Amino acid sequence: MKLNDIVMASDKAKGARPYFFDDPMTERVMNIAMAVAAEVAVLRERIDTIERLLEAKGVLKQSEIEEFVPTDEQAEERQLWHARYASRILRIVKQEFDAVAFPENNKPMHQIANEINEM
Amino acid sequence: MGDNKQVMSGYSLPPVWTKLKQHAAFPRFTHDERARYNFLANLNRYLATVIAPGVQVAYEQRVEPAFKAEHGRSFQSRHELRDAISRDPYYQLWAALRRCTMEMRQQNGRAAVLRQAEELAQRVEKLLEGNEAILRLKPGFVVPAYLRHVDNHLMPGSYHTEYFEGDVSNAANYDSGLFVTSGGMLGSLTDGGGRAIAKWVRENYPDFKPKRILDVGCGLGHNTLPLAEAFPEAEVWAIDAAAPMLRYGAARTIALGVKNVRFVQMDAEDMSEFPDGYFDWVQTTMFLHETGGKAIHKIFREIGRVLAPGGLTLHIEQPQYTPEMSYFEQFMRDWDAYYNAEPYWGHMHDLQPEDLLEEAGIPRSHFLQVGVRAVNDLDNSNGVQTREDYGRSPIWNVFGGWKPR
Repeated sequence: MKLNDIVMASDKAKGARPYFFDDPMTERVMNIAMAVAAEVAVLRERIDTIERLLEAKGVLKQSEIEEFVPTDEQAEERQLWHARYASRILRIVKQEFDAVAFPENNKPMHQIANEINEM
Repeated sequence: MGDNKQVMSGYSLPPVWTKLKQHAAFPRFTHDERARYNFLANLNRYLATVIAPGVQVAYEQRVEPAFKAEHGRSFQSRHELRDAISRDPYYQLWAALRRCTMEMRQQNGRAAVLRQAEELAQRVEKLLEGNEAILRLKPGFVVPAYLRHVDNHLMPGSYHTEYFEGDVSNAANYDSGLFVTSGGMLGSLTDGGGRAIAKWVRENYPDFKPKRILDVGCGLGHNTLPLAEAFPEAEVWAIDAAAPMLRYGAARTIALGVKNVRFVQMDAEDMSEFPDGYFDWVQTTMFLHETGGKAIHKIFREIGRVLAPGGLTLHIEQPQYTPEMSYFEQFMRDWDAYYNAEPYWGHMHDLQPEDLLEEAGIPRSHFLQVGVRAVNDLDNSNGVQTREDYGRSPIWNVFGGWKPR
């Protein structure tokens, strides 16, 4: 019998879940962040495995990775990736900044709806 | 950080998950599933050794002083202390993280075993083929109410749930994941408790030659097998209420080549199929705190009945809460009762073991109690003392006694 492992894996245990933070929502966000942290560790371990297998097969040495210095062109590409990554991660903060900086673009949607109704 | 001793003595790492013995009944994990468990074992070790000590600091420096200032006295119970410390932000952070790691461990374990549930069941069935005498399940068996009432250790479905006929996924999840909670301190077969008790009995009672041994609430038998191996001449009976655990445990026993154990589905409150005085040794290992307030007394009466005069009964548990134990320590040890879904833990540890043993026909004059530490073949601590992780460390209280002849 094939089980729905994707859904069942995250079943809740019997009994009400205790929340330790004053605001349960904060604790839920922390739980999501910890799960993502786990996946980062999993990726790190996978890359470590790849590096060690490549070293064992004589493709590269881990020390070459440690000593790697990118060319100017490579460095540019990598820095660009980091910048875009930062932008993705901190999207909500940047958007909060926009909200403060441009109040005319930060009206509640029901107000906009009423305004559009007059247009 | 205020604890220089800890800095000076270094940091002890848990073993990697692949050190667990991959016996023939064991679930197969992918690279990333193994890595998830390695992450969690390390996170638990860090929480226990670096973060948890801060809870005591917060308690001593602000929780208790604030309570004293307000009430003019200190705490009078661990329950009063729980109410107060639950408002401390450092405690909240530690507790939220500890709960989080427990839930992640269950999620990760279930994700790994449920995707291969069919294959696991087939593998177990194949191991059992031709070895049917090792396992007796009872159609229509009613699982005790205390077991149905809670998902122990936050395992959805607890020990007894079968998702289909022949399913062992919850047992396989338990077998492959206890490593994470214990930080690998129970050894490559997660049997450090059983090994400890077998060693202690052999060392202290070298002339003891039990003919029949009973392990009550054996689960998947990980602590039963060390007894069977230490006493190969003995006939070892392992009983439990949960079919998936028994089925998986029997297959695991075959896979590990142990011959003198049989698994029977039975409610420990009614062992009437065993005659009076049938066993020379009756054992429970980390079982009693997962029973119930009425059941435990019936279980001890049954243990007393099936135990032969001159026989031995031993029970491995966490330390009982005694007046000498501080309320803070009681509270920390009680944490799992409330927040790791082991609700009977607290009540059970309030009982006096001498009273329980009396119910099994062991008079106070014959009562014995010792502390034992897990026998761990994966110990790589290099002498670094790992801090006590309240209620999770592989150090136990053993109580029991010899039944008068």
